[in-house]
Parts: sequence; structure tokens; C-alpha cells
Amino acid sequence: MSDTASSMGWELRLYVAGQSPKSAAAILNLKKLCETHLAGNYRIEVIDLLESPRLSVDDQIVAVPTLVRKLPTPMRKVIGDLSDSERTLVGLQLRQTPKDTTLS
Amino acid sequence: MPDTLTKCPTGIHGLDTITGGGLPSGRPTLICGSSGCGKTLFGMEFLIRGIQQYNENGIFVSFEERPRDLAENVASLGYDLPGMIADKKLIIDQISIDRSEITETGEFDLEGLFIRLAFAIEAVGAKRVVLDTIETLFAALTNAHVIRSELRRLFFWLKEKGVTAIVTGERGSGTLTRNGLEEYVSDCVILLDMRVTEQVATRRLRVVKYRGTAHGTNEYPFLIDEQGITVLPITGINLSYPVSRELVSTGIDKLDRMLCGTGYYRGSSLLVSGTAGTGKTSIAAHFVDAACRRGEPCIYFAFEESPDQISRNMQSIGIDLASWAEKGLLHFAAFRPTSFGLETHLSTMLKLVEQIKPLIVVLDPVSSFMAAGTEIDARAMLMRLIDFLKLQRTTALMTTLTSAGHAAEQSEVGISSLIDTWVMLHNLEQAGERTRTLSIVKSRGMSHSNQARELLLTANGIKLVDVFVGPNGGILTGSARIAQEAADRATLVALNQDVARKQAALQRKRNAVLARIAEMQSELTVETEEVELAIAQQNSAASILVTDRTAQAQERENTGDQR
Repeated sequence: MSDTASSMGWELRLYVAGQSPKSAAAILNLKKLCETHLAGNYRIEVIDLLESPRLSVDDQIVAVPTLVRKLPTPMRKVIGDLSDSERTLVGLQLRQTPKDTTLS
Repeated sequence: MPDTLTKCPTGIHGLDTITGGGLPSGRPTLICGSSGCGKTLFGMEFLIRGIQQYNENGIFVSFEERPRDLAENVASLGYDLPGMIADKKLIIDQISIDRSEITETGEFDLEGLFIRLAFAIEAVGAKRVVLDTIETLFAALTNAHVIRSELRRLFFWLKEKGVTAIVTGERGSGTLTRNGLEEYVSDCVILLDMRVTEQVATRRLRVVKYRGTAHGTNEYPFLIDEQGITVLPITGINLSYPVSRELVSTGIDKLDRMLCGTGYYRGSSLLVSGTAGTGKTSIAAHFVDAACRRGEPCIYFAFEESPDQISRNMQSIGIDLASWAEKGLLHFAAFRPTSFGLETHLSTMLKLVEQIKPLIVVLDPVSSFMAAGTEIDARAMLMRLIDFLKLQRTTALMTTLTSAGHAAEQSEVGISSLIDTWVMLHNLEQAGERTRTLSIVKSRGMSHSNQARELLLTANGIKLVDVFVGPNGGILTGSARIAQEAADRATLVALNQDVARKQAALQRKRNAVLARIAEMQSELTVETEEVELAIAQQNSAASILVTDRTAQAQERENTGDQR
């Protein structure tokens, strides 16, 4: 899947609730996005709140699916099934604005 | 068969009276109002009282305040939130959504919130849930469409869970809540409001909607103080209080006699009205003194004078209120009516009455409340207070200041209908002096005197003196009365002297007659003696004559033979 997170690596946590279409879409979209932009430098943890509801408190999860960027800090959250990859990239601060399409 | 609506008692003073038992059990209730009107406290008290009084655990989901702040806020009301949390009776869950760290992309739902709620409900077996203020979601998330449909789902879900929920919402312009929550919560909607009238803030509560049950529809004032929320139902009390037939003394002997001989009915409402300086407080002091002598606890609410001042002043008429206060029978409570809103005053007074359970309460003077609020508010407040005292069978003695120049009957029309016994004091000004008079305007259920009395403040208390009716129909008081009394005394003396003279004359006549009788009797005696003497003399003369004639006859016989 990926290399273990380096010191500069990305640690992402995706909260879902059960096996809903939204959850599946979010997982798929996230994996695709990471492979494209963060290849080899990320780790994804998928948490099903139905199984471990206690974890919803720590990251203040209200909506699902929610993607939480644990590392690098500061924490960022992206809510939704991540279908709009441009907005997702902005949310994860991989890109400054949606209009800025150039990647260094 | 349809189930009747079960109700979940809130335990909040007065609210359960208005709603006929509490909030709809197992359903969400919307509490809306502008900021600072007590929504959060309302929800918190609902939970705390549920835990303390009804053994129903609760969850407080705060979208705004931190749990620590909430605990600190209610700690001032004497509630120990950390203790309840430690006992696993309460969960305070803060949901903070920082919009700045969130991006939305694609479809989502609020299942996370549901899961958190379900987790918390199960953790303590909660029966009560408060969501404060769920509308924050609208500010945190941009997709209002999703929030709306999810909220609708949430309220259904809460119903299915069977928890009684309070959802708070910020008042919007023209709508009950900013985001139209009232569309989703349709069972019970309560509106809180804070209005400032003439610089006095009053909180009010209104049950806008309560499906399937009768409820009070009025606006009810409510208070937040150290005992939490108190709702004061104006018309919550029906006129069915039992009355006492016991008569107790006013402490003024002659006033008792003016009433029905014994005094006033225990538990009745009395009003003493009069212009400045007519002796209202002195009469009140007499009532209190008499009650304390009987060993009855009293509360004296003073709105214009300090307790110390009243005690000092009453000492001048021989009433020692301070010693009753020391003995713990008399409780003074003095405050300026303008210092708080009327509702706060009412609540303060009700609580003190509930705590001390007095048999007589003095309000001196109630007219000062008119200054603290509008006349209508003051009247409504007094009505509630009087009703409350009647229910407690506590005698209420109110004094009221009537402004000179007004017809007293007119200015007091507002509360006079609530009054059982009305004593009116007048300041009569005539012949260069002022004198006080007392009369009884009405006294329900007893035949009372309709005569005015002059009221004298002496070193031994109030004395009531009969007044004189002057030659032109007016009554005479003060020095005019004293002059009249002197004139009457003079007349009486003159009359008495006349009688004595007549009696002496009669005696003289009697003596004269008796003397004449004695004289005539002695005359008679003398005459009788004379007559008897004459008779005796004549009798003896007759017998001598007979003797002489016999002797002559014999003599003649003897001489004849010899010749």
C-alpha cells in the first residue's frame, strides 16, 4: 500500500459509519488521491464509528465521512465523500486555492 | 386505542403547573429565545432536576459552551455537575465544529452525531437529552440542505429512542428560531423572552405550542436566581382556597370592636390606606405586635424604611418590634422596590414566606411597587402574592400610600377588589390643625362599624376615640373635639346643678308640708283634749245637778210635813 510514514509523512484518518455507499466512495476517493499526490508518504487509518463510537469524541466527529489530517499539523478536516478531489486537495492544504492547478 | 400523552415533569418551579405536568415525554421540545434569556440554564435545570428528583439520567450536548464553563455556571446555583458526572448520571458532551479547519466536499451525513448521542445515551441510560444549541451546525457547515434533512431524521430518531429532549434555538427575526427549527419540533415549543420596560428587565415564558394537551397560553414571568428557574403562573391558581373562620385581634382594642368585636379573619387580606403620616405603619406595627404576642411568626416587608428605623419609630408609641425580631418571631426584609424587577421581588418574597411560614405578612407600602413597574404589572404581581398568601392561609396586611387630593377609593381601585378588609385613614385639616381619622371601608364577612374614629398616637400605642358630629354635619376631631367635649361637660354640670336645685326645692316643700301636718296634728290633739275635758266637766256637772235635785226633793218633803 505505502511506505511507513516518514518524519515528513502524512497521517490521515477517515471516519465512516458502516458500509454505506458514501463510506465506500470516500475510501476509494481517498486512496486514489493519496496515490496521486502523496505516493509513498502517507498512512491511512479507516475508523468505523459503528464499531468504535468512543473515537468520535476525540476528533469531534459529527458528520461522516470525515477525513482528518492528523499529520502534518495543524489538524484539518474534510467532510464528505471526497468526490470533489480539487476541494479535497485544498482542504488538505495540498493546494492553495481551487484555481491554482499547478503543482510544484 | 390511542395512548394518552404522558408528561415528563421538569421539576422547574411553576412550569409543570402551566404545562399540566411537564414536557411531552419521549419527544423533543424546542426552547427558543434570544441570547441571554436562559435557554442553556433551562436545559441544564431540566437535566439536573431529572437526576435529583425523578431519577432520570441525562445528557447535555453543548455546541457552544465548554463543559467546564457549564459546570462553573451552574455551580453558582448549588449544582454539582462534576459529582453527577462521576456518578455516571450525567454526561456533558461538547461538540465543537471549527469551520476554519473544515472543508466540505461531496455528500455526507450527520451519522457521527447520531453515533455519539447513542453512545452517550447508552453509557448512562439517559432518559433526558438537551441539545444546546443545535443550530450552530448551520453556521459550521455550509450544506444547509443536508443539515435540515439530518435534523429531521435526528428528531425522529430521538423519539424512537424514547428520550425526552430539549432542543434550544436562537430567536430569529420574524420566526421563532433563526433556521426554522420549529418546523421539525412540532410537539412542544416554549418561547423565552426578556423585555426591558422602564429600565426593569423581566424574563417571560410562553408555551407557544403543545400538541395534544391543554396548557396555559399566557406569558408567564420567570426568574433566574440562586435556586434556578422559577416560573410564576399568574392564573395558575384557581379560587378554591379554604378559608379560616378564626378571628384574631388586630392589637387595637377599639379596632377589634369596630370590626366585629373580635378582630379580623385569619388568612384574610387587609389594606390600610391613607395619605402620608396618617399612621399606616403604626397600625401595621400593632398587628405585628399582637401576632408576636400570640407567638405567631411574622414577616415585615419594608419598602421605604430600614428595619432599624421602623423599630425606633414604633418605640415612640410603645411598641418594641426589635425585641420580637430578637426572639425570632418577627423577620424584617427591607429593600427598595426599584432595586430589582417586580418578578424578582415576588420570588424573593414567596421564598421567604415558604421558608419562614409566617401567619402574618406585612407589606409596607405596596404603593411603592407602582414605581418599580407599570401599574398593571404591579397589580398582577400583588394579585399573585395575595393569592399565594391566601393559599398558605397567611394574613396579608398591606399599607398603601394615597396621594393627597385624589379620591382614595379611586386610586386604590386596582387592588381593592382583592382586599377583604379595608381600613382607611384620613388626615382631616380643620381649625388650623391636622387630625387622623380611621374608618372601615369594607370588611367581608362581618358586620363592621360604619363610624369614623379619631386616631390618636399615644405613648401606649394607638387609641381610637369617638368623634363628635359638629353642628354643620362634619365631624369634630382634635382640639375641636376637646372643645366640644368641654362644652358638653359644662352643659352636663349645669344640668346636674339644675336637678339638684329642683330636688332641694322639693325637699323643702316636703319638709314644709310635713311641718304643717305635725302642726295640725298637735292642734287636733289640743282640741281633742279640750273637747274631752269639756265633756268630762259637763258630765260631772250633770251628775251634780241630779244629786242636787234629789237632795232638794228630800228637803222639800221634810219641810212640807211640818207645816
